Order: sequence, then structure tokens, then C-alpha cells
Amino acid sequence: MSARVSAVPSTQPLPERRRIGDRFGDLFLHGLTGAAAAAAAVLLGAIAWKIFQLAWPAITKYGFAFVTRQGWDTVHNKFGALDLIWGTALTSFAALLIATPLSIAIGLYLSELAPRGARTVIASLVELLAAIPSVVLGLWGILVLGPFVGQDLEPWLHRHLGFIPLFSGSPENAGMLVAVLVLTIMIVPITSSICRELFLGVPTELEQGALALGATRWEMVRGVILPYTRSGVSAAILLGFGRAVGEAIAVTQVIGAGHGIHWSLFVTGDTLASKLAEQYQGAVSNIQIASLVYLAAILLVISLLVNLTALFIVRRFSHERIGGS
Amino acid sequence: MAVDAGRYSLTLSRRTRRRKGVNVLMQALATLAALAAVAVLALVIISVARRGASALSWDFFTKNAATFGQSGGGVANALVGSLVIVGLATAMAVPVGILIALYVSEFAPPRVGDLVRLVLDVLNGLPSIIIGIFVYGLLVIGSGQAAWKGSFALAIIMLPLVARATQEVLALVPSTLREGALALGASRWRTVLGVVLPTSFGGIITGTVLAVARAAGETAPLLFTTSIAANAVTWDPRQPVLSIPYDIFVLSESPDPADHARAWALGFVLICFVLVTSLSARLLLVRYRKRLEG
Amino acid sequence: MEADTMNVVAPIEIAQPREAPRSASDLEIVFETRGLTVSYGKAPAVSDVDLSIYRNLVTAIIGPSGCGKSTFLRSLNRMNDLVPSAKVEGEVLYHGQNIYGDGVDPVEVRRRIGMVFQKPNPFPKSIYDNVAWGLRVLGMKDDLDSRVERALTQAALWDEVKDRLKKSAFGLSGGQQQRLCIARAIAVEPDVVLLDEPASALDPIATSKIEDLMHELKNEYTLVIVTHNMQQAARVADMTAFFTLERTESGGHGVLVEYDETPKIFTQPADKRTEGYVTGRFG
Repeated sequence: MSARVSAVPSTQPLPERRRIGDRFGDLFLHGLTGAAAAAAAVLLGAIAWKIFQLAWPAITKYGFAFVTRQGWDTVHNKFGALDLIWGTALTSFAALLIATPLSIAIGLYLSELAPRGARTVIASLVELLAAIPSVVLGLWGILVLGPFVGQDLEPWLHRHLGFIPLFSGSPENAGMLVAVLVLTIMIVPITSSICRELFLGVPTELEQGALALGATRWEMVRGVILPYTRSGVSAAILLGFGRAVGEAIAVTQVIGAGHGIHWSLFVTGDTLASKLAEQYQGAVSNIQIASLVYLAAILLVISLLVNLTALFIVRRFSHERIGGS
Repeated sequence: MAVDAGRYSLTLSRRTRRRKGVNVLMQALATLAALAAVAVLALVIISVARRGASALSWDFFTKNAATFGQSGGGVANALVGSLVIVGLATAMAVPVGILIALYVSEFAPPRVGDLVRLVLDVLNGLPSIIIGIFVYGLLVIGSGQAAWKGSFALAIIMLPLVARATQEVLALVPSTLREGALALGASRWRTVLGVVLPTSFGGIITGTVLAVARAAGETAPLLFTTSIAANAVTWDPRQPVLSIPYDIFVLSESPDPADHARAWALGFVLICFVLVTSLSARLLLVRYRKRLEG
Repeated sequence: MEADTMNVVAPIEIAQPREAPRSASDLEIVFETRGLTVSYGKAPAVSDVDLSIYRNLVTAIIGPSGCGKSTFLRSLNRMNDLVPSAKVEGEVLYHGQNIYGDGVDPVEVRRRIGMVFQKPNPFPKSIYDNVAWGLRVLGMKDDLDSRVERALTQAALWDEVKDRLKKSAFGLSGGQQQRLCIARAIAVEPDVVLLDEPASALDPIATSKIEDLMHELKNEYTLVIVTHNMQQAARVADMTAFFTLERTESGGHGVLVEYDETPKIFTQPADKRTEGYVTGRFG
């Protein structure tokens, strides 16, 4: 291309090849990234489809009665999920019961009380707790926490609160209570860091409005911060619940593979997820494998419901806040 | 100075004294809760370190486990196994995760972007044992276990972590930077690959490191995909291999105290790796964000 | 109290000539600041303020932005305590007691000296509960309904909200929200209400409602208002204090330039700086 003097100043047109290259490049990158995103969606669908496909023989054979039947009889191929659903519900709810007030308290400490310099340090220490692999926590649970629970905590609870069914029975080193405590340790860092962010998001004007009326800090928390963040906190608790329900490894290590439905927290038990982790190599017959995956299917449905509800609340909550201000 | 004590008094009334008491009590409880969390962290780390550190030796890292029925020996095979599985999982998850993040932040219409984020969040919330069973059904049934199948399962766990972390740093890239590049006449893809992505490189790295730290400790997805393995070091991803978390899991269930000692030592190795990586990733991320947000 | 009322200006009539006789009267001093300096970190935001605020008057604080007028206002009910780096020197005497003195509790201070903020900040509660919350917290639970009604009536809001007391306060307009915040502040029967640019986020109609309200409220309360709007100060205030930013090598800090009856500040200011500010932007 030779330089010609032109009366009309204009930029040189891009070389044709470059233009085509750009258009092609744009399309290609758009397509490639879009395909990756689509693959994630397909993956999610495939997981659900595969789990139900594997469980299908058991679903057709036992139907919904599987959910309401007790016992796991591998000799006669009689399987039911009720014991495990009970174990999952009891451990998860009990863990949540301890973890919720703790998480809110830690969130409040980190957002309102902690000295400014120490704030981020303590917050990242709490978050580090979430980074400890569940298998290590389970190891600690079975060898350190378990003996303490069996020899000190449970006898003490039994002596003082034995009239409550939860604390009846004889103490054990492995069992529901150890599982509850390990799950609590796993949930608290997750929910408390969400709580902290929610509390930090409360507009200062609101907090000052409460204090200017002569409220104490705690009254401000109760009257303004907690009501303002209520839906967010409930979503955080739900996410913690989802985590507790799905934890397999640490629970398997400490729960002691018991069966039956008991109110006592001292006895050994099993959850949906822990049963799966225990039987990973033990399944022999096809129907047994299908029954195990049936458990996974129940777990999948619970976890999808819990997570979607939590995500829905979070989304609605953020819209509300934008609308409210 | 005469002060109308009743009406204008600023000293504590009895009622205020009680309210202040409740306030102090609640503040104490909150402080205690935070202390308890930090104490549990310290307790776990100290427990593991005290029991695990002493077993570490050169042989522990370089020798294989003793043959079946005997205790002792090293963990070289599990160490290499973990390296292979996690390395391969990272290689699978990171490119796809970055592509998804690019799609959400640069190309997707808002509604589609929301949907992709929802899919990632749901994936992230799935119990890892479900992912293990999925890969078992998809890849293991019929053809047996292999390290790369375990990697695939871990990659599914890492994918939403990498994608969300990347997407968050991409959102921090100032739009003026994009506009600047586009205003020069650069095409979209050159802008994305030449300007946006390099700017967020530091953030992507830290996101990846956090995902690796998480994957290195995952046990459940490996149970069904790479757990029945020979007691030998192998770098071949087509073979099933052992891994550190799986080894800890098995050893912790054993009644033999010698096995427990090995489990503690492995736990110490794992916890050191996880804590060092996630701590440094966090520090880097804070610094990186400060730089970007300026 | 007797000692404090000795050297006090007379009640102000807006139309009164400026040489109003300054004699002892029944005007009572509510606040007296002595050498008040508030700093954030090392830098003083407002420095060495001596100012007396009189009962049942509206006192306006005006001045350019950055002159420390909000900081000064917030030091009157210890809202500055919430800023960790804030440091207060000098005295703020409230009916003779130093509110920063030993044995004085900020919670008690704020209960007697209420505050209304720049941006309406209703709580995420119903209209009724916004007003009732402070009453409940402070233990004024007898006759809650009539206390709420009285506060809303005083704030000229009752007729607009009486049919939807249980609805969320977020459904109100900005002006209504601000009047709700005023109702919330006066429901707990404070002695003083501090208003920090209460109308700056509102439209002219809502602003004039707030201004009318202030004329009503001064019968029962002592009002101190910070405003950047000089017309507003001239309309509502009996006394006006002019603050300005005094530049120094290390930046600058707010100082009180002049404090007098409002008409005098706006028509015959004693200080050149006041005159410059008032004539430069006013009229």
C-alpha cells in the first residue's frame, strides 16, 4: 500500500485479513466460553440423571416405601432409608442448633466488637477453620474429641441433663454427639463469615439512628441489625445445613455405624452420606449398589432443595435491599 | 452548680444500669464465641502437629507403605498419588473455569449470566460424595478405577471455585481499561485476552490455589474412583493410585495405634499444605484487590 | 441554674432591631461548650469552640462544607464516640454537667439529646414499631399506643399514616420517612433534638413541611440544626452560628466565627468572613 496524499484526511482502513480475523476471533471466543458455561449446566444435569439412572433398579423395586422403611439387611436384600434419614436429620439439626447462635455471635463480634486491628486477623483465623480437610477433622474427632466426649462430656451431660431423652443412654466414644460436634465445627466458619458480611452491610445510618435514641449496642443489634439481616442469616443457616447433610467422610469416621432410630445422642448411628462412604467397597449385589445410590438420590434431592432455597432467599434479599434504600 | 438531678441527670439510672449489664453480658458472649472458634482451630492444629510431626522423616516421604499385615513404612505412593490426582484435576478445572468466568463477565446477557452463576453455586453446594458416585457411574462401572477418574471428580469440585473466584476478579477490572482497549480499535477478543485476562492474572492464580487447597483434602470423591490401588509409586494416571486423604481415612478407621501414628503424620502433612496454601492465597488476594481497587 | 442564666441574651424576635437589650431573662442555657476541640486522629476537625445554646430556641449552624459543623453537632450527644479515632477536648456542659465527664454514660446522654440525620433512616420495621421501638427499649411502655400517636401527631405525620401503621416504613416517601424519624426521636421525650441537615435529601415541599414542623417543635424542645442552606437557617433559626474552615499548614480545621441572633448574622454580621459567606451566596 503506497502512501497517497488525500484531500480528505482519513485513517487507513484495516487490512482485510485482520478484519476477518477479528470477527472470527470474537465469534470463536464467544462460542468457546459459551460452550464452557453450557458444559457446566450439562454437567449438573448429567449428575442428577446419572444418580437416578443408577438408583433406578432400587427405585422401581422398592418404590417410595424405601424412604419409610428401617433396616439395611444385605443378606435378604431388604433396604430402607428411614434410619439414615433419622440420623441425618438428628445430627444436622442438632449441629445447626449449636452452630446458629455461635455463628451469629461470631459474626457480631467480628463486625461490631473486635478491635479494628485484630478484626481481619481473627476473621481469617475463623475462615481457616473451614480450610481444615474434613478427613483430618474426622481423625481428630475419632482419636481426640471422641474419647473426651465418651469419658467426660457425655457422663457429665447424663448426670445433669439425663432426664432429656437426647442425653439418655450410656456414653460412647463414637456416636451421634461426636458427629454433631464435628459438624458444628465444620458449619460455624461458613455461616459465621456469611453473617459477618451481612452485618457489615447494615447501613451505618440505621445503626446510628438506633444509638441516637439512647439504645445500647446490644439493643441496636436486636432492634436493627438482626431484623435487617434476617433473611440473609436464614439463608446462611440453610447453606450450613446443606453442608452438614452432605458431609460424608468426617461423619463416617466418628459416628460409629450404628442403626435404628433413637432419641439419644450417645448411641452410634449413621447418616445418608456416611452410609455411602462406609459401603464404598462393600457392595456386592447389583440391587445393593442401586439401593446405596438411592440413598445418594435422596441426599441429592435434599441438598438441591436446601441450596436452591438458600440461593433464592439471597437473591430476593439483595433485591429487597436495593428496593428498600 | 445547681443541676436538676431528675430531669437532666446523665449518670446511670437503675434501669439503664440493667440495660448496660445485658449489653456487657452479650458482648462478652460474642467475644467468647469468637475465642472458642479460634481455640478450636488452635486445638486441632496443635493436636495434629504434636502427634504427627515426630513421625516425619526422610524415609516417611520416600518409602512406600509396608506390605499388607505389617505396619510402618513411608507414604511415597500416597504422596505421588495425591500429586497426580490433584495436578490433573487442576489442569482440567482451571481452563474451563476461566472460560466460564470470561463468558459470564464479558459475553453473557445478564439473565444468562445469572443462570450460569446459579448453576455454579448449585454445583458448589453438592455433597462431594454425590460427585464421587456420579463419576463412578459415568466412568468407573465397567472399566475400573483410575487416577484420572478421581481427578475428574475433583475437577468438578474445583470448577465452581475457580470460576467464581475468576469472575469476581474480572468484575474488579475497571471498565475504563476495557473501553480504553476497545477505543484503540482493538477487537473484543484481543481486548479480553490481551488486557482483561492479564490484569486479573494474580486473582486467578489465588483463586486456583484456594481450589487446589480444597481439592487436596477431599476424600469422598476418591472413594469410588481411585481407592483400590497397588502399594507402589506410580505416575501413570491410567492406574488407580492412593492419595493422602484417602490413606488418612483408612488408617483412622484401623484399630492399630501404629496406623494412627501414620494417620497423624499424614494429617500433619495435609494440614500444613492446606493452611500454607490457603493462607498465602488469601494474603495475595488481599494485596491484589487493594492494587486493583486502588 | 441561676448562675448560668446571668449573662444570657434576650428572646429573639426576628423583626427586632439588632440592638436588642441583652439582659438576664428566663432564657435558660442548655448547652455551653468551652474550648471544644474535636479531632480525628491527629487532625482537629473543629477547634476551640465556645458556644451557648438556649432552651426552646432553634439554633442553626451554618458554614462551608468541611468547616466541622456536623462534627460539632455530633459532639453534643457523643455520636462521635462511634468513630474510633475521634478525640474530644474541652467541655460540653449540658445543664451544667460535662457530658464527657466521669460517670456520664453516652446512652443516657443520647436518650436526652436525640438526633435526626441527613438521610432518612427508618428502621426495617412497621411505621408503628419505628416509633414504639425506642419507647420499648427505654422502658416507656405504659400507654404505648397514645405515646406513638402523640409523637406522630407532633411530627405532623399522623393523618397521613394512621391507616397504615402496621405497614413497612420503607413504603413512605422520603419526606414522610424523615418526619417519621423526627417522630421517633421525640417519642422518647428528649430535651434537645439535633438535626443534621435534615432536609438536604428532600424536595422543596417536603423541606417546607420539615421547616414548619421545627417552628412547632421549639415550643417543647430545644433544636439545633446544621444546614448548608442559608435561606433555611434564616427561615427557621432564632440564633445562628457561622463556622468556617481555617486553613493551616497541615490542612485546616473548623472554627466558630460568629454567633448571634439570626437577623443580625444575615443583615449586619460583625465579621468580614461571615459577611463574605452570607452576601456571596445569599441574596
